[in-house]
Amino acid sequence: MDFATLLQVLDSTVRLATPLLLACLAGLFSERAGIFDIGLEGKMLAAAFFSAAIASITGDVWMGLGAGILASLALSVLHGLASITFRGNQLISGVAINFLAAGLTVLIAQDWFSQGGRTPSLIGAGRFEGITLPGVDAVSGIPIIGPIYQELISGHSILVYIAFAMVPLTWWLLYRTRFGLRLRAVGEAPEAVDTAGVSVIGLRYVAVGICGVLCGIAGAYLATALQAGFVKDMTAGRGFIALAALIFAKWRPWHALYACLLFGLLQAVALRYQNIDLGAFVVPVQFMDALPYILTVVILAGFVGKAIPPRAGGEPYVKER
Amino acid sequence: MDKMPGWADAVLVPLISLILAAILSALVIIGIGEDPVAAFKLMVDGALMRSSGWGYTLYYATNFIFTGLAVAIAFHARLFNIGGEGQAMIGGLGVALACLYIPWPNWYVALFGATVSAAIFGALWALIPAYLQAKRGSHIVITTIMFNFIAAAVLNYVLVNILRPQGAMDPATARFPEATKLPTFQDMFSTAETAMFRGAPANVTFFLAVAMCLVVWLLIWRTKLGYEIRAFGQSESAAKYAGISPVKITVVAMLISGGLAGMMALNTTMGEAERLVMNATEGAGFIGIAVALMGRSHPLGVLLAALLFGFLYQGGAELALWTNIPRELIVVIQALVILFTGALDNMVRMPLEKLFLASRRKA
Repeated sequence: MDFATLLQVLDSTVRLATPLLLACLAGLFSERAGIFDIGLEGKMLAAAFFSAAIASITGDVWMGLGAGILASLALSVLHGLASITFRGNQLISGVAINFLAAGLTVLIAQDWFSQGGRTPSLIGAGRFEGITLPGVDAVSGIPIIGPIYQELISGHSILVYIAFAMVPLTWWLLYRTRFGLRLRAVGEAPEAVDTAGVSVIGLRYVAVGICGVLCGIAGAYLATALQAGFVKDMTAGRGFIALAALIFAKWRPWHALYACLLFGLLQAVALRYQNIDLGAFVVPVQFMDALPYILTVVILAGFVGKAIPPRAGGEPYVKER
Repeated sequence: MDKMPGWADAVLVPLISLILAAILSALVIIGIGEDPVAAFKLMVDGALMRSSGWGYTLYYATNFIFTGLAVAIAFHARLFNIGGEGQAMIGGLGVALACLYIPWPNWYVALFGATVSAAIFGALWALIPAYLQAKRGSHIVITTIMFNFIAAAVLNYVLVNILRPQGAMDPATARFPEATKLPTFQDMFSTAETAMFRGAPANVTFFLAVAMCLVVWLLIWRTKLGYEIRAFGQSESAAKYAGISPVKITVVAMLISGGLAGMMALNTTMGEAERLVMNATEGAGFIGIAVALMGRSHPLGVLLAALLFGFLYQGGAELALWTNIPRELIVVIQALVILFTGALDNMVRMPLEKLFLASRRKA
């Protein structure tokens, strides 16, 4: 593999890791606050549709992004209602949200656009275009660094940079602010937070809300930056890969970045090379597809460093048992 | 604290949830500019008014009985088996291998053999998540989700690279031998004068599914193992003190659950397609969740809920055929049913409970 190919694969790794990273951080906020969320997939899907639909109707991708975030937030509120207010089963609520999004997006797409459950292709201002970072021309002459800066670092859409900036921001928020401390506490020992006079329900709703916003950006990225428009089931399991990455990262922001880059790389390689011929044997593309899931099961099994979720995760909080 | 009567819990709560889901679905239909009453009539016409419609309704219901029972039995042990889809895919592989490579003399021996094979394959696919939950504490919901994706990759690989006949384009196995062909309802119920269930895919596996309802009922409420599963589901610590092994119950319950999910593939693979295709599960593994929730994890409830979803599926197909309403409406209804009977259960239950307590105080 020559240098140019390597750069291309890494470039596509960054593109493919971005939605995973946003969704993974979304899940991180929610699960750190003690609300399991297997509805990441559905929220992304809803956001993908509404961002593409509104962007195509208004011709303004920022309106699309806003609509996507709102759609995702609406599902988050539903999840919060079910799992925080009515103390229902968080996993079942997540499953319901996934189906709701899968069904409603196609239903509304068919009603609005009559194109077999997809939106029209987005053109011009309806899409997030790549941004050329300053100084590309200046460094382009330098070997190695020039192409890396030009191909790999520059030229992505704004959402990619937002996603990567979210990693240190999440870290800072979680580990260096009072809000972050409380958020983590509410996922580990909600009764302690309650005793301190801080609202468990309020904190959890905020966490679920942040999760909704981030999933919204992730979905909008899929439909308006990575691709030009919405197609049925376009998230294609990314919400679950993000969930896998979250476990892989053991619910920590920087590790989430590494896990998402790894899974992004796997996707990029699977996309570029169908079956990989290693001489002695051929790695089938299906194995590459399944690898994130297999790795997650191995991590979950605790054979390579055990993944322990937040202690109060999945449990509705009830005062005075 | 007082409780509301059992019949209200078993019948009234799901019924109200169902009505809420129906109202919201009707609003969705109005939202996309169609008439919900006309749509419902069309669904009833297409699914229930002709014997061929019934043939499709019962065909879908067969799938949902198996996957619903699978989810239900895991629920009894307080395990959420979300991996029915993957277990059914691998079960399909078991059906295909049994049908293709064993020379069966006739269909009922073949059905028996394929059933055993499907159940074993499905159960084995559930074994690893079960073991990891029991021994290593890995959350079974996450592992079974992961195993769904892994199952899809495995099936894809096997169909594309191993079982696909030479020269064939689509990823599917060769057609099963004639001896494994299951009698359809058309074969069984048509007389010389009148053809019943014409062209419908419902077949003899429906009766197997109904029989499994009875078997599961006997297992859960009439055997020691069933008692242990329920005790474990009610209180793990109490079960431990009673000498019930959590590891054993987790693994056994998941094996049964996976086996039932695997048997679902009999209907689609052996009964209908007569070969194994990529999408042999048709999403039934997930519908099993809705069916089990609505049926309150009781085999009779599962049977009724499966019939309802069979009706919705066939009715939904009719809608997609004759109106501008896509099949995805069914996915929305399914989501609403899961939401109301599962996640928002307390929203329905709490006011109802208050109502009952208030009326009792008056009396």
